[in-house]
Amino acid sequence: MRIECPICGSRDRREFYYQGAAVALDRPAPDAGEAAWDSYVHLRENPAGETRDLWHHEGGCGSWLVVTRDTVTHAVHKVELASDVKGAMS
Amino acid sequence: MRIDGKGLIDRSKPLSFSFDGKSYRGFAGDTVASALLANEVKLMGRSFKYHRPRGALTAGSEEPNALITVGKGAQQDPNVRATVQELYEGLVTRSQNAWPSLDFDVMAVNDLAAPFLGAGFYYKTFMWPKKFWEAVYEPIIRNAAGLGALGGATNEDDYERAYAYCDLLVIGAGPTGLMAALTAARSGADVILADEDAVMGGRLNAETGKIGHQSGAAWAAEVLAELGAMDNVRLMTRTTVTGAYDGGMYGALERVNHHTGKRGGGAPMETFWRISTKQAILAAGAIERPVAFRNNDRPGIMTASAVRSYLNRWGVSPGKSVTVFGNNDDAHRTALDLSAAGVRVAALIDSRHDAAIEGADFPVYTGAEVCNTGGRKELESITIRTTSGEQSIQTDCLAMSGGWNPTVHLTCHMNGRPTWRPDIQAFVPTEGMIPDMTVAGACNGTFSTHGCLQDGAEAAKTALAALGKKPADVALPEAEDAPYTLSPLWAVAGKGRAWLDFQNDVSVKDVKQAATENFRSVEHMKRYTTQGMATDQGKNSNVGALAVLADATGRGIPETGTTTFRPPYSPVAIAAMGAGAQGKGFAPQRMTTSHKASLRMNAPMIEAGLWYRPSYFPKSGETNWRQSCDREVGYVRNAVGVCDVSTLGKIDIQGPDAAALLDFCYTNMFSTLKEGRVRYGLMLREDGYVLDDGTCARLGENHYVMTTTTAAAGLVMRHLDFVTQCLHPEWQVSFTSVTEQWAQFAVAGPKSRELLNRLLETEIDNESWPFMACGPAKISGVDGRLFRISFSGEHAYEVAVPARYGAALFDLLVERANQMGGGAYGMEALNVLRIEKGFLTHAEIEGRATAFDIGMQGMMSQKKDFIGKTMAARPGLVDEDRPQLVGLKPVGAVKKLTAGAQLYPQGADAVANNLEGHISSVGFSPDVGTFIGMGFLKRGRDRMGEVIRMVDHVRGLETDVEVCNTVFVDQEGERVRG
Ligand SMILES: [Zn+2]
Repeated sequence: MRIECPICGSRDRREFYYQGAAVALDRPAPDAGEAAWDSYVHLRENPAGETRDLWHHEGGCGSWLVVTRDTVTHAVHKVELASDVKGAMS
Repeated sequence: MRIDGKGLIDRSKPLSFSFDGKSYRGFAGDTVASALLANEVKLMGRSFKYHRPRGALTAGSEEPNALITVGKGAQQDPNVRATVQELYEGLVTRSQNAWPSLDFDVMAVNDLAAPFLGAGFYYKTFMWPKKFWEAVYEPIIRNAAGLGALGGATNEDDYERAYAYCDLLVIGAGPTGLMAALTAARSGADVILADEDAVMGGRLNAETGKIGHQSGAAWAAEVLAELGAMDNVRLMTRTTVTGAYDGGMYGALERVNHHTGKRGGGAPMETFWRISTKQAILAAGAIERPVAFRNNDRPGIMTASAVRSYLNRWGVSPGKSVTVFGNNDDAHRTALDLSAAGVRVAALIDSRHDAAIEGADFPVYTGAEVCNTGGRKELESITIRTTSGEQSIQTDCLAMSGGWNPTVHLTCHMNGRPTWRPDIQAFVPTEGMIPDMTVAGACNGTFSTHGCLQDGAEAAKTALAALGKKPADVALPEAEDAPYTLSPLWAVAGKGRAWLDFQNDVSVKDVKQAATENFRSVEHMKRYTTQGMATDQGKNSNVGALAVLADATGRGIPETGTTTFRPPYSPVAIAAMGAGAQGKGFAPQRMTTSHKASLRMNAPMIEAGLWYRPSYFPKSGETNWRQSCDREVGYVRNAVGVCDVSTLGKIDIQGPDAAALLDFCYTNMFSTLKEGRVRYGLMLREDGYVLDDGTCARLGENHYVMTTTTAAAGLVMRHLDFVTQCLHPEWQVSFTSVTEQWAQFAVAGPKSRELLNRLLETEIDNESWPFMACGPAKISGVDGRLFRISFSGEHAYEVAVPARYGAALFDLLVERANQMGGGAYGMEALNVLRIEKGFLTHAEIEGRATAFDIGMQGMMSQKKDFIGKTMAARPGLVDEDRPQLVGLKPVGAVKKLTAGAQLYPQGADAVANNLEGHISSVGFSPDVGTFIGMGFLKRGRDRMGEVIRMVDHVRGLETDVEVCNTVFVDQEGERVRG
């Protein structure tokens, strides 16, 4: 598997650390309540199909990336800098 | 026997080699199998289960029978296919799975017991008693049924891993692959052409058909010469593409030196490649399948194409009087080639009534089948059944063909299933199973040479279009375009054992029995009979076994389906996959600037993450480590000790929002920290558990240096990256790891300031440099940093200098400390010192501990939000019943504590239900005079003075321990400020 880092280009997946769903970008407010926090920290979808993950280019530029990929075909559809994605959210 | 004038071997280069201690001769270009057959040796192995005599079935990497061991001792390489191993001068080979000899194998008695050893035998016989499995059955089975073995000693041979990149990977260099590579290469693509064989050309080197005006082999050589001269082409011979993976990645095994036996000189034995390609063309060809009939496994019986390969490529006839048996026209070529080369063809037997053959000068039987064979260690005769009855034919080699199976394996590696094509009675790849791969030629069911050449050129055009390159005009040479017709023939009816899987001794009867016992799914049949589970992964037997199962269950072959093909295509040694990762190559080694000095002082080094740190520094006269450790603890408590603490993570953080970042990551406040001061901080994970701890110094308004524990340095760095990129990209802050840029030494003990003042440009005192002060300092003329922090509870400092001065400063500090009655201390002493003061390491904050558990709930600021704050407040994380950090000392008869031991209430049984906690760290305290420890105990903070049970189930140790404060030395904490 290879990931196209927006900074470094196409790299082997061994250079990356896998974190989990990109849900982690959307941190609730401290007073958002138990359900929101439980969902943020613990609950994850397990889709057969498109998923958005966070990967860290630990063996490269140190960027956190949002990778949109398909869990069935393993195709990687999109790779974005997490800071860009987060920036667009607020 | 060798046939004059045939073959691509180099007769000017004779070679000698040995097999089972006997010396033989062959030629350069031979494989062990072709050379043995030239020497009329047909018996090459014993079968896995029944120890039946076996010879080469094939002439390629799919070989199930002729497995040999190459070399001796540590270098011995088991389960090498004799059909793949190239000959070299002095090559030493041995047969396997036979005792005392291949010729007389005691375990062949299994064959007589065959009626009891059929499918499911293991499952039925060895059900009970359970204990017997490990003690009796398994050793017996492993002894009796086995393949080759390793030497048992460490193999020092070099193996390698490497990456390669290209536009187009062409897998297989037969007519299809060559034509594809040629077309793509002339069009300017960056091409890798990989083939498992030593000589590229595939079947062209084994057939007599022409391409244009020249032989197939000559045409292949011409194309290869052109490709070899092009800068944009890499030819990888002896390279098996073993797997297809996501994103255009392919695994490939290159046999670099197995064909020479040479060691050293920088070349490895094998290289495992990871090839990254934009496009791929699979031109892997096809594998001929055997026919199942009674005793179809005697040495001398092989596939029809293998016989042609031995004849045309190696100039060897595997027999003096050969018979050919098949269900298709392709098999006829074997008889015609042999006859043309002057080898006696005893009979051609075609199962089809309407088969026609031109130019046959040998007996032909149509509508006939081979139903049995005779001979002991090699084939002597066959029995054929025609419409007019059975008759025997004397023959020492039978060439058989049940048709061809396209080599679809790689197309199934990403969960694809092949498609059944009734016209060729075979599975072909389903389109689009591997992204960016085009399948062409025989592996796609195109069997004529012309068809393959055309397919190859077309596949190249498809790949070039995807690459955005214009295809060059490459003329297709003339070649045979004979149609491929066959009628299905899987198993000849009759009694006795007809073999399907030669390597695992699975017969038609076994597959039928599986169906009878309701193992009707192909995956169940496979497990029940072990068909396809040997090292050849059923390359020769899968489709045949399927057909028999389909017949036995009354279903069609496509409905029956196939089992799953997984990488690797052929066996890959772990040595190649893990190349470089043995011994010191297993993990990177990180060394401090004082490493050499520590070694010079005879310190045993221990691993701390990837770092190597000194355990202790032995002095002459000391007979055990405890003496050294106690002495070093004494340095710090009474004089001055020096310890390299450079391995702690150091992160330099700068920017207007540096304080905001720290406030958000630590539970306590850092924005309020004054410049020139250090503060201890605690970090949580977002789920509320402790992530790490350490000190953080404020060097300027917007400049901090954070330290992390040695083990968590990478983790914390990633965490900070996460916070600043994923949660707060708007913050103006930058940070970088400076762990390796600064050498840092703890100088600890009542005389620490005295020592430092002799080296500092500007002397310090308690006023100018109080506890938790920090700042720039010039030490021995070097610009460094000085921190007044302590991990021992003593008056202590940490001094940092650029790493290039580290070695010199360490030597200097140790020398001065020695003069003052102190010296260097290692990890053992450091550990005792911190346990005496109740300071934490990852033995305590091991991922399950909360701030509440370690008594630091007071450090959780109420004034701000921080990572982990909300979740840390969950009732379960602050429950009074949770195990809480306490100090422990032994008060029973046994004055010892062990880390990992479990804690139980006094008088309670040491069982899980009564478990109340565990010990996390222990050390012998010279100050206290006994072992002391830290641990987690249910409601521990309320139980000071209580005596409880410690039981170490693993080490068989038990004692009574008293629950106490975690601080054992200087409980008022005065020394650190002195
Ligand atoms: Zn990158």
